[in-house]
Amino acid sequence: MTVTVKLFATFREGRFKEERRSYPDQMTIGQIIEELELPKAELGAILLNSRHVEKDVAMQDGDTLSIFPLVGGG
Amino acid sequence: MSTLEEYFAAKASGDLISWKFQVEAAAKFSMSLGEVEEAIFSAGLLPARYQRNRKMLSTEQQHKLFRSCVAVIGCGGLGGYVIEQLARLGVGKIIAIDPDVFEEHNLNRQLLSSPRLLGASKAETARSRVNDINPALNLVAIQEAFDSDNGADLVAGADVVVDAVDNVAARKALDEVCQRLGIPLVHGAIAGWYGHVSTQYPGDEIIGKLYGNADDAPGVEKHLGNPSFTPGAAASFEVAEVCKILSGEGELLRNRKLHIDLLAMETEDVPF
Repeated sequence: MTVTVKLFATFREGRFKEERRSYPDQMTIGQIIEELELPKAELGAILLNSRHVEKDVAMQDGDTLSIFPLVGGG
Repeated sequence: MSTLEEYFAAKASGDLISWKFQVEAAAKFSMSLGEVEEAIFSAGLLPARYQRNRKMLSTEQQHKLFRSCVAVIGCGGLGGYVIEQLARLGVGKIIAIDPDVFEEHNLNRQLLSSPRLLGASKAETARSRVNDINPALNLVAIQEAFDSDNGADLVAGADVVVDAVDNVAARKALDEVCQRLGIPLVHGAIAGWYGHVSTQYPGDEIIGKLYGNADDAPGVEKHLGNPSFTPGAAASFEVAEVCKILSGEGELLRNRKLHIDLLAMETEDVPF
């Protein structure tokens, strides 16, 4: 399957801003996060097709995944 | 001896009462500056300091702001700018909560900080600053850490709560207390070049969604730090939300967050 992955803020560093990427069918968001080596402690909001989701959701062909780092300062 | 109404009628320029006459009225009628400001509004007049607000806010809306109470949790990077802007906007009562004193590493960004104030209470400094901007306003300074045990007492009576804290644990406590008390929460957070702002009404679940994956450890701000401009930018978005909640104007950032990237100069309106 092919999904569009959008990364924000620091998650772009050494990776990309937006890419169409190929993955095995039924791959979960959590597995994609591991594949991208995103630091788990810095994980903020995750959106699948503009809706908030948890990491255990399986991706479908054509989905758009947006991943934000945790921003907590003030 | 003339009444206060007669005094205003004699001194008004159009419907504006200048600061000079607000101060004179307080002395002449043995009133506080806040009581005089309330009387000016009640007479359908406008303190002249707000004249450049009037294309955006009616006198009635400006009066509503003066009668409102906003609690600001945190008087550091975000909070310093938030408090400054709320005071100049004309919010009548501001509760400023922060347990900390100024340290040298605050000087790169925290509006209320300066070398002579190193070691001074951030909340008490906010009171001095607001008293300097407009002594008709009431700033209640509380030098305590906000948590889910004391939070309800600290923000009781607030019409809006503004999140200007620097950690996830305090944000979760803010979420819980505001949900329990039924108070709208304007949320803002920053890290380096980045920030986001959102407005959560009771029953909305923005904070839970944004920080659900987080334990109470610091986020990317821990290694990114914060420059001078990111808190000012995010704080301005937060105060615009407060102004709209209190005045009823415009569209709010409800069920969405505005992601701000000052490095790529991009904003992203993210629905939840």
